[in-house]
Amino acid sequence: MVAGIRTRDLRKVYNSAPPVAAGTGGFSFGAPKPKGKGKQPKPEIVALDGISLDILPGEIFCLLGPNGAGKSTTVGVLTTRVRPTSGQAFIGEHDVWQQQVAVKRLIGVVAQRPNLDFSLTAREILTFHGAYFGLSSQERAKRAEALLERFKLTDRADQMVRGFSGGMMQRLSIARAMMHDPQVLFLDEPSAGLDPQTRLLLWEIVREYNQGGKTILLTTHNMEEADALCKRLAIIDHGRVIALGTPQELKAAVPGGYLLRLRFGLHSPDFLLRLQALAGVREVRANNSNGADLYADRGGSLVAEVAALASGASVELCDVHISEPSLENLFLHHTGRSLRE
Amino acid sequence: MNWKAFLAMLARDAHVARRNFVALLFQTFLQPLMFVFIFGRVMVGSGYMPPSYKSLLLPGIMAICMVGTGIWAVAMPLIAEFQFTREIEDRLLAPMEISWLAIEKVVAGSLQALAAGLMVIPAAWLLLRPGVDLHVPHPLLFVLVALLVALFSATGGLALGCSMQQTHIGLMFSLIVAPMIFFGCTYYPWSALEKFPLLQKAVLVNPLVYASEGLRATMIPQFPHLPLLAVVVGLVFFNALLLLTGLRNFHGKSVT
Repeated sequence: MVAGIRTRDLRKVYNSAPPVAAGTGGFSFGAPKPKGKGKQPKPEIVALDGISLDILPGEIFCLLGPNGAGKSTTVGVLTTRVRPTSGQAFIGEHDVWQQQVAVKRLIGVVAQRPNLDFSLTAREILTFHGAYFGLSSQERAKRAEALLERFKLTDRADQMVRGFSGGMMQRLSIARAMMHDPQVLFLDEPSAGLDPQTRLLLWEIVREYNQGGKTILLTTHNMEEADALCKRLAIIDHGRVIALGTPQELKAAVPGGYLLRLRFGLHSPDFLLRLQALAGVREVRANNSNGADLYADRGGSLVAEVAALASGASVELCDVHISEPSLENLFLHHTGRSLRE
Repeated sequence: MNWKAFLAMLARDAHVARRNFVALLFQTFLQPLMFVFIFGRVMVGSGYMPPSYKSLLLPGIMAICMVGTGIWAVAMPLIAEFQFTREIEDRLLAPMEISWLAIEKVVAGSLQALAAGLMVIPAAWLLLRPGVDLHVPHPLLFVLVALLVALFSATGGLALGCSMQQTHIGLMFSLIVAPMIFFGCTYYPWSALEKFPLLQKAVLVNPLVYASEGLRATMIPQFPHLPLLAVVVGLVFFNALLLLTGLRNFHGKSVT
C-alpha cells in the first residue's frame, strides 16, 4: 500500500515558546504553571496557521521556509509528536491523532537533531529499531547489514555511536528511519551539517528510496536541495503556505525571474532608461556608477541586445552574470525577505 | 497492545543494563554496604550499638538499595533522554501506545530493583554475620512486599524523571531522595519514633516508610513493625498515585 499525506487547516498555537524543532526533538520543560486568579495571560505563539496540503503517494514533497516558519511543527503533527490545536492530518487513510499506532507503522522519521540511542552500537541501533517494528531477528540482521553498507558505515558498525561525527550520526539516523521500510519517510532538514559529498549520497539514497514507490516529505531551507530533489514543494512562512507547486512552476511564477548583473565602464541614467525599455525587462537598479541589476523575464537572449545597446551608446560592457529563476527570488517576491534572513 | 515492541524495548533495557553491569554494581551496592559495615559491624562490634541492630538494619538497607536502584534506573535515563540526548524518540515512534513505553520503563526499573534487593541480602548477610536473625515465615508475603517495593521505586522514578529538569538532578537527590531515606525508617524502625509523636505521624506520608516496614514485617517479624495490611495499602496507594502522575507527565513530555 502506498500512502500519501493530507492535512486540513492545521493550526498549532503554543502557550509557551515552541520547542526547537518542534516535536521532533525539543521539549519545553515546564516552569511551574502559575495558579490562581489574576494570572498573566500566556503569550500565544502561532506556529501553524491553517496548513492544508495534499501530498500524493510516491511523491517527494518539500517544505521550504526559513527557521521558525512551521516546517518542523508540521512534521511533528504528522508524526504524532505535536498535538494540533485544530485541523486534521492523515497518513494514507489514517487520522494521525486518532490512529497513532497505525500511523507509526507507516512512517519513518529523521529528526532535525540527532537522537540516536547512545547506549547502543550502530548495528544495535538498527536491529533494535527493527525489533520495535516486529521484524524477525534474521530479517533485522540482513537489513541492518545492507543499510550499513549503503550508508558507508560498515567499518564502524560495531562501535558505540557516541564518538561518531555529525555526518555519520545523520547517515545512521536516516538508515534507522528506513530500517522498517516505511511507506512515508519524513526528513527534517536532513542535510544540515553534511559535507557536499555526503549530501550528494543522501540525495541519491532519497531518490532511490522514492523510486521504490515511497512518499517522502522533506523540510529544508536550502533552495538547491528543494530544487534538486522535490517533485513539488510548498513554501512556508509564519505557519502559512505562501506558494505551492513544482519548482519550475513556482520559479516561473515570479515576475522577472531572471537577474542579469551587468558591469560597465561607466553608465549614465539615460543609458539605464534605455535598458529599461528593452523587451522583457521589468526593473533596472543602478549598482554604483558602473553596475546595474536588470530584472527580466528572460536571460541569455537579452545579453546580445544589452551588448548592442551599450555599443551604440559607446558604453563599455565589462561583465555579465545571469541568475536563473530561483526559489530564493520567489521567497523574496512573496515575503520581501531573503530565505537566509 | 503491541507485545513485540514492548518486549523488544525490555530487551533493549536489559542489554544496556548488562553492558553497564559493573558500574551499576558499584553504584547500587557500594554505599549501602559501607553503611552496613560501619554500623552493623564496627559500631555493633565496638559496643556502641546493640547486637540486635544487625537484624534491624538489613531490611532497611534492602529497601534503600531497591528504591535507589529503581529511581536511578528509571528517572536518570528519562531526564537525559527527554531533555538532552533525545534517545527516547525512536521508541516513542515505535508502533505502540506511548503509555506502554512508560510502563516498560516501570517494568525494567522494577526488575532491576528486585535484582538489587535480592543481591544485597546475601552480601549484607555475609558482612554482618554472625548475629543476623532473619526469619521469612511467609515467603509469599515477602515476595508480595518486595514486588510492591520494587514497583514503588520504579513508579517513583517515572514520576520524578518526568517532572525534573536536568539542572535539578542535584536538588532531586538532596531535597527528595535524601530526606526520603533519612525519614523513611530505613536505619531505624517506625516504632523508634514513639518519643517523637509528631514526627512519627508526619513520616507516614513518606512511601519509603511502608517499604522499610514491610520488609521488616516479612523478614524480621520478631521486631516491632507496622501492620502488614497498612504496609500493603500504603504501598498500593503510593504506587497508583506515582504511576498516574508519572504517566500524565510522560505524556506531557512526549507530545507537545
